[in-house]
Amino acid sequence: MPSYRELLQQTKAEIEEVDGRGAQELEGATWVDVRRQDEWDEGYIPGAIHIPRGSLESRIETRVPDHSKPVVLYCASGERSAFAAKTLAELGYDRPVSLAGGFTDWKRNGNEVALPRTLSPEKRARYSRHTLIPEIGEEGQLRLLDSKILLLGAGGLGSPAALYLAAAGVGHIGIVDADIVDESNLQRQIVHSLNTLGSPKVDSAKRTIEALNPDVQVTTYRERLTSENIDEILDDGWEIVVDGTDNFPTRYLLNDACVWRGIPVVYGSIYRFEGQVSVFKVGDGPCYRCLFPAPPPPELAPSCSEGGVLGVLPGVVGTLQTNEALKLALGIGEPLIGRLLIYDALAGEFDEMRIKRNPDCPVCGEHPTITEYVDYVEFCAR
Amino acid sequence: MSVVRVPPVLREEAGGARQVEATGATVRELLEDLSGRMPSLGEKVYDGSEIRPYVNVYVDGEDVRTSGGLDAPVREGATVVLLPAMAGGTLLDR
Repeated sequence: MPSYRELLQQTKAEIEEVDGRGAQELEGATWVDVRRQDEWDEGYIPGAIHIPRGSLESRIETRVPDHSKPVVLYCASGERSAFAAKTLAELGYDRPVSLAGGFTDWKRNGNEVALPRTLSPEKRARYSRHTLIPEIGEEGQLRLLDSKILLLGAGGLGSPAALYLAAAGVGHIGIVDADIVDESNLQRQIVHSLNTLGSPKVDSAKRTIEALNPDVQVTTYRERLTSENIDEILDDGWEIVVDGTDNFPTRYLLNDACVWRGIPVVYGSIYRFEGQVSVFKVGDGPCYRCLFPAPPPPELAPSCSEGGVLGVLPGVVGTLQTNEALKLALGIGEPLIGRLLIYDALAGEFDEMRIKRNPDCPVCGEHPTITEYVDYVEFCAR
Repeated sequence: MSVVRVPPVLREEAGGARQVEATGATVRELLEDLSGRMPSLGEKVYDGSEIRPYVNVYVDGEDVRTSGGLDAPVREGATVVLLPAMAGGTLLDR
């Protein structure tokens, strides 16, 4: 049975060790810090990702999926990273290398060191069920806290979105809605309550969000989205829009603006027992106009007065939208880009339709014919 | 014979049916057959020469606009989905 020293020596003989300069010359390398959380908190090599040695095997393939590129592993002195390099070789990574002398030598040689932003103890406790997930971690939670997500509408779809985005710790939430809270809203618009009947929906939603999570900054726009104000609102730097609008003019206006600005839109719509969800992200997939080039004429639009909706349906659809928004904010998973998810609440069935970019799309196509905002007449009586 | 799934917003035109049957080897034949059987449903989807721009027709999950349009083949037993644009959000009482 070898001693620790012998095992270390034997391992070092089997792996590749490089010094700081050699490591910096490795093109396309991912740097992985395998030290403990408390060591990382005191400083790390800029650009490195943190996977403590104890979780290396289980997390490395999620964080570093490409096995062909070099991986520079480092710890404090180059011992733990030597064992880590051997593990990565066993997992099929082509070129794992261990940084000789580790972080200590790196720092001693006058190289740059970064100090991590970390969650305060209160936030660590609040978001622990997020940070425990390898795909999110503390880094992902910090990303959410930095995110800016705009909700178009604080109604049926906007309600669950406002609540779950706030609970998730999305740092900045914007809400656009001109309406006031009405009794008939409470059947499904769970961000509002009897206490806020008669108040503007944006204020009511803000109140609920602030009671739920003080980490969230809420910006309210008590107005209806129009071609006049859309630029001013989007100029506030919203990175993702959750579309919970109830009418075609706004939906097309939003689509066109977001195509031109490259902002992803998480689309949702509901009718009676059926809902649809998709993500429109220009560059990666189609836009709403690729799906429906123009709104239906007034006489053929589904009559709003014949509408109605099962109260829980916007809950399901708005929550699916929120899931997509969080995935986009975190940069994880497979967003519903190019896919339209259809939920039939009565049948209890999900269907998925492939939707493709339309090269002749009037807005995002090769020869766009729409280059400024179109104000469609509102034909859906409110 | 293919199964045509009718979305909730068009069910009244189909007498409340969630799905109807139609025959045709291409999308055009199928829509013409559908228009013959259920004129008011057919009219919402197909104007006699084109699919209406606010309705999408999917055959086995593929949008026919990008897979041959009205000439796109429809296999026996295919599932056809009609998908009109939906206004969204809170339709009724805003």
